[in-house]
Amino acid sequence: MTEDEAGHSRQKEDIGMEQYLHTPLTEEKARKLKAGDYVYITGTVYTARDAAHKRMQEALDAGEPLPIDMKDTVIYYMGPSPAREGRPIGSAGPTTASRMDKYAPRLLDLGLKGMIGKGRRSGEVLDAIVRNGAVYFAAVGGAGALLSKAITAAEVVAYEDLGTEAIYKLEVTDFPVIVVADAEGGNLYETAVKEYAEIQ
Amino acid sequence: MRTIDVKEITRNIREMCIEANHFLSDDMADAIKRAEETERAPLGEQILAQLRENLRIAGEDMIPICQDTGMTVVFLEVGQDVHFAGGSLEEAVNEGVRQGYSEGFLRKSVVGDPLLRKNTGDNTPAVIHYEITEGEQVRITVAPKGFGSENMSRIFMLKPADGMDGVKNAVLTAVKDAGPNACPPMVVGVGIGGTFEKCALLAKKALTRPVNVRSGIPYVREMEEELLEKINKLGIGPGGLGGTTTALAVNINTYPTHIAGLPVAVNICCHVNRHAARTL
Ligand code: SF4
Repeated sequence: MTEDEAGHSRQKEDIGMEQYLHTPLTEEKARKLKAGDYVYITGTVYTARDAAHKRMQEALDAGEPLPIDMKDTVIYYMGPSPAREGRPIGSAGPTTASRMDKYAPRLLDLGLKGMIGKGRRSGEVLDAIVRNGAVYFAAVGGAGALLSKAITAAEVVAYEDLGTEAIYKLEVTDFPVIVVADAEGGNLYETAVKEYAEIQ
Repeated sequence: MRTIDVKEITRNIREMCIEANHFLSDDMADAIKRAEETERAPLGEQILAQLRENLRIAGEDMIPICQDTGMTVVFLEVGQDVHFAGGSLEEAVNEGVRQGYSEGFLRKSVVGDPLLRKNTGDNTPAVIHYEITEGEQVRITVAPKGFGSENMSRIFMLKPADGMDGVKNAVLTAVKDAGPNACPPMVVGVGIGGTFEKCALLAKKALTRPVNVRSGIPYVREMEEELLEKINKLGIGPGGLGGTTTALAVNINTYPTHIAGLPVAVNICCHVNRHAARTL
């Protein structure tokens, strides 16, 4: 184990560490996360999927402010199923991130520091992650019932008319994710698959 | 001649939409459990354990297994001696979907036009496939289909000369391209033969076959087994994060085709391979 100046410890190998992360996700915190780390997020994350990203892009094009501040923010690519009575949210697993690739670099340049989704990202997004010291996490796709248990509160904060595609502000406690792409260009989808591939 | 009130269809479809989105069939749950025992990657094993836990929570707390509760695909195999009374059969199916998705707290994921993209608000219309069979029974299969995996599905219009190897390559290509996007471990439905649309339907229907049942045609069965083995050597693994469990099964259906063609459809499904079936 080694210690960095902030007192956080890392294993020598720098791979597959368990980490606990509190939002806001500053660049300093993001840079400590490495592809392969298993991270439990606590704090505030915002949801946005295709339709919300399209609207945010239109707002930026028109010179209007975004409904949420991007600085040090984490966006979860997710559209929940409706909540049953007494629960904050329904099933709440990740959606395919690549559909947001068109919009993500611009948001990263505005301060977005973390994205949670599933699946591969484009070269442009990976570059923007490195350029801005950000991080892309995967949550386990198809585990929406399990993941919903880590969400303690949910509130629509923008684009309510989009229904499941509205922007929700979520409070999460120990929300489990895995670092896929880190600020140094690490990409778990490539390295981990190679490790187990016996044929190409 | 047997008369069936379409209200029966509505009631059954409503219940099956809710059932399919909260409970996987036993063969799927068993396959996930078995994979957890054989998976070599520690992270992969951990993800499979989470999927098992996710199924438990879904069933006990009635939270949908996945938030993408799908576009509702309905197979209706209707005996030719059945007469439907009390209204439109198609409307009865859609009413069942409407009620099921509302009462079951399921996500409404259907837009009324592919380009104008306004949500219909009740997950209708369903995609309905009718088949006329002998007798006076009605077999209903409800298979909600998520689009993370649907988007990674492919059709290949191969040449006859491409043969068996061409088909195997097509399947492996589709699975590799799907990778982490299709929420592996996947179930791979393959249709070989027929026409452009027929092979797609064969592939879709192959996904409703239990994952522990192999084809009755010897060469097809061999191909299913060989492809599953190869797919699990690609290294994609659970969640696409590396491992030896990339698919739980390859189900292949075949049909006669034209002398000039070899259509192949690969319908990828995630581990949330939902289908509920009932016979009335
Ligand atoms: S691909 Fe399947 S498991 Fe993944 S989000 Fe879609 S429906 Fe859920």
